[in-house]
Amino acid sequence: MQSTTYHKASSAADAAAKLAGAEDGTLLAGGQTLIPTMKQRLAAPTDLVDISGIEEMRTIDARPPTVTIGAAVTHAEVAASAEIRAVCPSICDLASHIGDPAVRHRGTIGGSVANNDPAADYPAAMLALNATIKTNKREIAADEFFQGMFTTALDEGEIITSISFDVPEKGAYAKFPNPASRYAMCGVFVAQGGGGVRVAVTGAGDDGVYRNADMETALASNFSADALDGVTVSADGMLSDLHGDAAYRANLVKVMAKRAVAAAG
Amino acid sequence: MSTVSMTVNGKVVASVVEDRTLLVDFIREHLRLTGTHVGCDTSQCGACVVHVNGKAMKSCTMLAAAADGADVTTIEGVANGDLHPMQKAFNDNHGLQCGFCTPGMIMSGIDMVNRYKAEGKTLDEAAIRAELEGNICRCTGYHNIVKSIQQAAGEM
Repeated sequence: MQSTTYHKASSAADAAAKLAGAEDGTLLAGGQTLIPTMKQRLAAPTDLVDISGIEEMRTIDARPPTVTIGAAVTHAEVAASAEIRAVCPSICDLASHIGDPAVRHRGTIGGSVANNDPAADYPAAMLALNATIKTNKREIAADEFFQGMFTTALDEGEIITSISFDVPEKGAYAKFPNPASRYAMCGVFVAQGGGGVRVAVTGAGDDGVYRNADMETALASNFSADALDGVTVSADGMLSDLHGDAAYRANLVKVMAKRAVAAAG
Repeated sequence: MSTVSMTVNGKVVASVVEDRTLLVDFIREHLRLTGTHVGCDTSQCGACVVHVNGKAMKSCTMLAAAADGADVTTIEGVANGDLHPMQKAFNDNHGLQCGFCTPGMIMSGIDMVNRYKAEGKTLDEAAIRAELEGNICRCTGYHNIVKSIQQAAGEM
C-alpha cells in the first residue's frame, strides 16, 4: 500500500471539509473493498477520510411507510435489525449473505452503494425498491444514481449520508453466489409496491445493475413465477467470464427472478 | 505518522505508526503478538481474524488508525489461566493439522457462538459451516473444526 494520510471525520460536514482540503483524498467507510484495492496499488489516495464512526450516519429508522438506513450502518447491523426485519425482511436476508461474517461486521451499506460493484448485492435492492440516496448535497433517485459498472451520479467530494425506501408490499432477493467469492453471479431483487413492480438484476449484466422491463410488465398483471415463463432474457449485454458465459448468465437471470417472485409470495 | 492507542487483550498500548499500517501489522510487528496470522492478505482466508469491540474482523483489511481507541482481543487474549473452551475443544477434537488457520478459526468460532447465544438462535452444524465462510483451512477439510465449534458452543 502506498503512503497515505488518515483522518477521522466527526460529521458529514467535517468529512466534506477534510476531503476538500486533500490533494487526492477519498472516503473510507468499512474499507472492505478500498483497503484490498489500495493493497494491490490499484488505488493510492493521498488522504483517507474515515466516515465509519460518524454517529449521524449510523442510525436506522424503519417506521413505516419509510425505511431509512444511515450510510455507515454495517451489513451485520442491517441483517440483525429486528426493526427492519419487521417491515422489510428481504433487505435483512440480502445483507446476511454479503461476504462473510467478519466482512459484514465492517462493510457498510453506503460504501457498497457508492462503489456500485457490478456483482454487489445492495445496488439490486436499491434499484428494485426505488430507493432514494441522500447525500450531503441532495437526494438522488436510484434510477439516476446507478450509471453503470463502478459508476454513480455522485460528484467529486459528495458523501452519501443515508438511504431511504418505502416499505414494499412484497419483496425478495434471490442470489446465485459464485462458490468461491460469494459475489453474485446473478442476483435478482423483485419488489411490488406503490410504484408497481420493479425487477433489478446484479452480477449478470456487463455494465452493472439494471432493471428488466419485460419482467416488470409480465409481473405487473400477474405477480407469480409462472408469469415469467414467457419472458426471454437475451445473452446480449451479459457478462461472460470463466465463471459463466453470457448464455448461462441470461438463464440465471430468469431462474433467479422466478425464485425471487416465489419467495416474495 | 500518527499515534495509535488501543486496548489489546486488556492492556492499553500506544505506538507511533505510519497511517497506512494495517491492524494486523500493528499487532504482529509493533506489539509482537504473532498468534494472529497473515494467510492470504486479500481478505479471503480469515487467519487474521481478531475481535474489535467484541466483533470478529479481518485485521488485514483494516487500518490500525481506524482501531484507535478500540478494545481489541487477539488469540493471545482468550485464555484466562486455563484454555478457553473453544481452544480446549479444538484440542479435544483434533480441530487442526498444521495450525496456521487455527487462531482465526478460534476467534471466528468464539464470535459466532457469542452472536448466536445473544440472538437466542441454535448454532447447528449447517450454521457453523455457513458461518465459516470467511475462514479457509487447507489441511483438515473442516470436519473436526466444525465438531470443535459444536462442542465449545455447548460449553460456552
